[in-house]
Amino acid sequence: MIQVNAIYVLWMREMIKYARAKSRLVGAIAMPVFMLVFLGLGFRRVDIPGIPGSIGYIQYLVPGILGMTLLFSSAYTGMGVIMDRQYGFLKEVMVTPASRTSIVLGMIAGGATTSLVQATMMMFLSVLLGFRLPGLPAILAAVFIMLLICVIFINIGLTLSSVLKDFHGFNLIINFIVFPLFLLSGALFPVANLPAAIRVFSYLDPLTYGVDALRGIMIDFSEFSLLIDIGILIIISSAMVAISGYFFQKGEAL
Amino acid sequence: MTAIVIDNLTKRFDDLVAVDNVSFSVKSGELFGLLGPNGAGKTTILNMLTTLLVPTAGSALIAGSDIKKDPDGVRSNIGIIFQDPSLDIGLTGRENLEFHAMMYNIERSERKKRIAEVLKVVNLSEKADTLVEYYSGGMKRRLEIARGLIHYPRVLFLDEPTLGLDAQTRRSIWDYIKNLNKEYGTSIILTTHYMEEADYLCDRIAIIDRGKIIALDTPANLKVQYKRDRITLAVPDIPESLVTELEKRAWVQDILSENGNLVLSVSKGEENLPELFHLLHSLGVSVSAVSLHTPTLEDVFIHLTGASIREQDGSRRSAIRDRMRRRMMR
Repeated sequence: MIQVNAIYVLWMREMIKYARAKSRLVGAIAMPVFMLVFLGLGFRRVDIPGIPGSIGYIQYLVPGILGMTLLFSSAYTGMGVIMDRQYGFLKEVMVTPASRTSIVLGMIAGGATTSLVQATMMMFLSVLLGFRLPGLPAILAAVFIMLLICVIFINIGLTLSSVLKDFHGFNLIINFIVFPLFLLSGALFPVANLPAAIRVFSYLDPLTYGVDALRGIMIDFSEFSLLIDIGILIIISSAMVAISGYFFQKGEAL
Repeated sequence: MTAIVIDNLTKRFDDLVAVDNVSFSVKSGELFGLLGPNGAGKTTILNMLTTLLVPTAGSALIAGSDIKKDPDGVRSNIGIIFQDPSLDIGLTGRENLEFHAMMYNIERSERKKRIAEVLKVVNLSEKADTLVEYYSGGMKRRLEIARGLIHYPRVLFLDEPTLGLDAQTRRSIWDYIKNLNKEYGTSIILTTHYMEEADYLCDRIAIIDRGKIIALDTPANLKVQYKRDRITLAVPDIPESLVTELEKRAWVQDILSENGNLVLSVSKGEENLPELFHLLHSLGVSVSAVSLHTPTLEDVFIHLTGASIREQDGSRRSAIRDRMRRRMMR
C-alpha cells in the first residue's frame, strides 16, 4: 500500500532540513570537488590506455566523479535513519499509519533529491575545469541514470541501517562497502586496465554500469551498450527497493 | 466492544524475560493505568502494543486489529506519547506537529485549528516557531504531549506522560487527557510512577512487577483490599514481652523494626490505638513518639512490589528476635 501523502511529508521534512544545513551541502561536495580538481588537472596530459586521446581525461573523469558523488551521498541516507533512531524520531515515524513501503519510498525520495542536487551542482562546477556539457536532452537522460544510481545505493544504506542499529557499526561497514564500489567502478580509469581477477568484481559492481551509462550519454563513449547498462540498473534498483522494503517490514523499529 | 485484548503476551530479550505471559483487557472508553517500578516491563508492553516490537509469544487485539497479523490496521487506530524523546530537533515545534498531523491525514484547516489548540494546552504557542534544538527539557516534553494529542486516536498510549513536569502543567495535561477520554471516548492506557496520577486519572489500574501483573482493580478497590494502617512507635528499647503480647492481638498483622522504631501493620488503626497505649502502659514501656499512617495507593504499590528501600534496611520479626537474643547473650 502506497500513500502519496506520507511520501510527500517525509520528502518535505528532508528538504526543510537540507535547506537549513548549509554545512552539510558544502561537506558533501568537498570530497568530489577535490578529486575532480586534483585528478583532473594532475592526469590531464597523461595518456591512459583505453581512453581515446580525442576525449581527454577530464571529459572521461567527470561522469565518474558524478557517480562517486551519488554513491557517497546516497549510501549516507542510511545514516540519517540511524540518527533518527538515535534521537528517537524513527519511533514517531514508525507508529504512524503510513505503511512501511511508503516510509521507505519517502526516505528514497528525500535522499534521491539531495543526491541529485549535489550531483547536478558537480556537473556544472566541472564546466569550470573545461568539461564540455552535452545538450539538454542528454543532460535530462543523464539525470534519469543518476536517479537509478541513487535508488540503488540509498537502498543499500537503508537496508544496512535496519540491520546495523548503531552509528559506529554503520559507519565502519559503509566505508568497507562504498570505497571498493567506487574504486572498482571505473570512475577513475577504464575497468579493462584491471587484472582479470579483479575485473570480475568490477562487473558485479552496479556503479560500473551507472558510470558507463553516464559516459555513454554525456561523452558518447562507453564500454557496454546503453541498453545493457540501463537494463541492469533498472533490474538492480527495483530489486534493492524490494529488499530494503522487506527489511523495514520485518525488522523491529527500536 | 473492547479496546484492547491482551492474551499471554511475552517478550524475551536473550535470556531476560521482560514481559511474562501478561493478559488483560481494556474496555472501550476506559482510562487504564499500568503501574510498576523501573524495569517492570511497562514500556516493553507498550512497544509491543504499538507494533514497534514483535512479541516473542502471545498476541493482542487493538480496536479489533491483531498486532502481529495487521500492524497497519493497529497503527491507524492508535496514538502514543513516548517516554524517551522522539522529536526532530532540526525542525521547529510547529513543524514537528505539522509533520505528525500530515502523517495522520488531517486536512489543512482542521490541522491548523488542532495545532493551535494543543499548543495552548501545553503552553507553547509563543515558542512554536523556534527550532526544537533550542527548547528546554520541559518544553520538549510538553511538545511531545501536544503531538500525541493532535490526531484523536481511538486508543491512546501514554508512557509516563508527565514525568519531570511542574505541577501546574501536569494538572492541565491531566484535565486535557480526561476531557479527551470523556468527549471523544478515547480509550487510554498510561504508565506512570506517580500514584496520584494513576489515582486521579484511571478507572482501573494494573500493578506490574518483573514482567507480571500482580494486581488489577479500580484504585478504590486496591486501597481497600490492601488496607492496612501503620503505627510507628519510637521505642528506645524494645522488650521481648511487648513483641509476644502484640503477636497475640488479631488486629496486628506485621511487626517490623526500623531505625530503632517499632512499626506495626494493623487493621483499624484509630480504633485500636487506645488498646495499644493501654498495653504499653501495663508493660511499662516508654514511648517517645507515635504516628499513625493510613494507606495511599503508594502503600498498596509498595506492599505488592516490595520495591521499597525500607524493606532493605528494615527487617522482619525474626530479625528483631535475633537482635534481642544477641543482646541477651552479652
